[in-house]
Amino acid sequence: MRIVETMQKADWPTIISRVVGVALLFAGVLLAAGLCTATPQDNSVPSIFDSHSTPADSIRHLSFFVLGVTGLIFLVVFSLLSYVVVKFRSRAADTVREPAQVYGSTQIELAWTIIPVLIVVVLFLATARVIHAIQDAPKPAEAVEVTAIGHQFWWEFRYPGLGVVTANELHVPVSDSSHPTPTFLRLLSADTDHSFWIPQLAGKTDLIPNRVNETWLDPHETGLFLGQCAQYCGTQHAKMLLRVYADGPEDFKVWIRGQQHPANQDEREAAGRRVFETTACLNCHAVGGTNGTGRFGPDLTHLMSRHTLASGAAENTPENLRLWIENPDAIKPGSLMPAMKLSDADLDALVRYLETLR
Amino acid sequence: MSSDVMAIQSADAAGRSWTEVLHEWVTTVDHKRLGVLYILYALFFLVIGGIEATIIRIQLMRPHNDFVSPQVFNRMFTMHGTTMIFFVAMPILFGFANYLVPLMIGARDMAFPRLNAFSFWLTAFGGFLLYFSFLGGSGLYGAGNAPDVGWWAYAPLASRAFSPGHSSDYWTIALLASGFGSIATAINIIATIISMRCPGMTLGRMPLFAWLNLVMSGMVLLAISPLSAAQIMLLVDRYLGGHFFDTQAGGSATLWMHFFWIFGHPEVYVLIIPCFAFASEIIPVFSRKPIFGYPVMVGATVCIAFVSMSVWAHHMFTIGMNSYANSFFAITTMAVGVPTGIKIFNWLGTMWGGKIQFKTPMLFCIGFLFQFLIAGLTGIMLSAAPFNWQLSGSYFVVAHFHYVIVGGILFALFGAFYYWYPKITGRMLSETLGKLHFWLFLIGFHLTFDLMHIPGVLGMPRRIYTYEPGRGWDTLNYLVTIGAFVQSIATLVFVANLIVSYFKGKKAGNDPWDAWTLEWSVSSPPPPAYNFASIPTVASRRPLWDLKHPEDPDSRYE
Repeated sequence: MRIVETMQKADWPTIISRVVGVALLFAGVLLAAGLCTATPQDNSVPSIFDSHSTPADSIRHLSFFVLGVTGLIFLVVFSLLSYVVVKFRSRAADTVREPAQVYGSTQIELAWTIIPVLIVVVLFLATARVIHAIQDAPKPAEAVEVTAIGHQFWWEFRYPGLGVVTANELHVPVSDSSHPTPTFLRLLSADTDHSFWIPQLAGKTDLIPNRVNETWLDPHETGLFLGQCAQYCGTQHAKMLLRVYADGPEDFKVWIRGQQHPANQDEREAAGRRVFETTACLNCHAVGGTNGTGRFGPDLTHLMSRHTLASGAAENTPENLRLWIENPDAIKPGSLMPAMKLSDADLDALVRYLETLR
Repeated sequence: MSSDVMAIQSADAAGRSWTEVLHEWVTTVDHKRLGVLYILYALFFLVIGGIEATIIRIQLMRPHNDFVSPQVFNRMFTMHGTTMIFFVAMPILFGFANYLVPLMIGARDMAFPRLNAFSFWLTAFGGFLLYFSFLGGSGLYGAGNAPDVGWWAYAPLASRAFSPGHSSDYWTIALLASGFGSIATAINIIATIISMRCPGMTLGRMPLFAWLNLVMSGMVLLAISPLSAAQIMLLVDRYLGGHFFDTQAGGSATLWMHFFWIFGHPEVYVLIIPCFAFASEIIPVFSRKPIFGYPVMVGATVCIAFVSMSVWAHHMFTIGMNSYANSFFAITTMAVGVPTGIKIFNWLGTMWGGKIQFKTPMLFCIGFLFQFLIAGLTGIMLSAAPFNWQLSGSYFVVAHFHYVIVGGILFALFGAFYYWYPKITGRMLSETLGKLHFWLFLIGFHLTFDLMHIPGVLGMPRRIYTYEPGRGWDTLNYLVTIGAFVQSIATLVFVANLIVSYFKGKKAGNDPWDAWTLEWSVSSPPPPAYNFASIPTVASRRPLWDLKHPEDPDSRYE
């Protein structure tokens, strides 16, 4: 049998492109982190590295540690692989002999078993510490309690101690480290699985029917934090958006008081109210003080205090409100809100009435 | 040994009508033909799954895009995932196992040839049934079309209340059918390897390819069985009034998750272990050295198989398990990294001191090594449960598992195609087209999946048909889509190479790579029906090395 020795040139492009391609990933992650920490006031990019709440902060610290360790492993193994590929390429000047046949080495095998085991132990201890710190955090007496209920495709928020019910836009107080007022959420689902995720405030926790989950957050500064449903829940999973407003202590009290008020009863809009009370609206929607007590859809008692409609799918303007009632599919195709088929006069009256629900 | 093999030509196909040829292929029980059928079938679905991926990527190219409706988008990602896992990855790997295992262990066929044919046709039936849902999914209700419940079909989304019509039933029954096919194939591979090795081939002398497929088959038995059980329970729920997963009647949504992921996680290893097998055959041949640490490689694989059976709930870190359960699944998941790392180091050890030839199969294997390294490291990030609470369900996870499946599994598979195509067809694949395929695919892959990690870190969840502008996701998604197109073009180059080389490729001869395992001792393609004129006897792990180097045989050192 003959031994064929292939004459091969060094494949430098392989190596170079590998270095570039792979470095891209890590550069990208760092870039993302940098981008988002550069502008702390602007929360339009919900980066997990731009955290503003204790659980998200602990996760960020852990993630930097894990990124550091894995980055180091990457550098070492990547360099070794690159070295091997370059150094041991078959060369034109090679003789026709096969290289020395090596079958293994117990010492080396032991080394590259024990070192990874040690790394795993370290990573695990760091991880377990953060799991415990977040999951088993004690609930202080001042904590605000909220029940969040996932629906296809919107969020219901109830403040049991405060008698407030709202939807899609959660208001929580800012939490001062000297006087913590975290918000503890009980997470329930009315239908399918959903997941509550505000990347800048906390990791995600699922809302699962027949099960009570918990999560908590304590924003350190005021502002609007964006998120959305993170567990596929059906046709309009994509537009099940979530907004969390972290209010200063006074603003939060004002907001709560506003929400505790019964619905505005403006007699000038009685016609619109009649439309609400005599059509299918009240099967799903509640307005405090009317005979509408439905719970399939969001509570509308203070509809106008919210910035968005349809779980964040559209800005809350009279035009959008009218369109949403007339043809929900135009804003959110597949949502469970039916087109109401009202006459133009009824539709106008209804929109004017809803506009008074501040 | 090659002198033992008499080249007996099969009856010339040209002399027969196409119906006779078709009849022969449909009724065949020959492991090589069934292997080829599996591979062709999977390639067909690879193209379909690829088209679905392209539709997904076009829709996500811009925020608020309306290329497809949300309903169509949801069907696309459900069908893409289901197709790629069950009707591309599994059958293509079974195809290679079917074709190569008997040849590598010196056997004339699989242990149960008829069962083998039955498995293939059952799997094929499953795939066609799934796609029939586009026509038949509406059922009596006019609701639904193709399944749109995601490839996990989480409860209660797949229950009758939330998934009326028959689309979910097509999903369930298709997976049940192909699942039985997979279980039968696994039994067949195990029986073949246990009882049909040629004289002298002790377990310790088996090619790693056979070892790894043995482990994979054992895992299939353990992983597919709970999935099939869960599918039957889902059918009971949907049609016989059962309440296993029906939360409206007190059923448990998390029970389905446990069933699904106790299948789903080992499934990842069911797919990647055969790819380890490809790498373990290709890397030594193109480094001109035996595999480094053979017993350790076997041990690490068995270790991965065991540990990976206890990690499933790392897919469920966000469902509200208590801190002890989360810690347990975090450490088991991290622990899988150890044997996996050992495998990477051993491949490195194999290349160390070798004379590496950059033929196309080796290029793909080197790509596999680098990319699998990164996929493993992002896996470590995901195993840290709190980090996972942020990353899970986001595009970071999508990027991570595509790194495993495309960067790892598909790259190794492409390597396998370039390596064994000459054996299967008798002709070499074009090296020029092969290199073009490699470079294009490499660029497309990194453009798509490197960048895809970032939107996940920036809060973009998976399975959304559209997204809001201004969240820092726009440009990234645009580039990711461009990368997807580059990959599509590269795949077309590959398909063209397969077709052109079949007719015009250079004649391969028995042993074009100067390799060492038994399949290279027979003609290319191997003699139909019996493989070996006389059953070979082996004395080491590299029987052809011994033959080529009688002065310095392996058997002296093992």
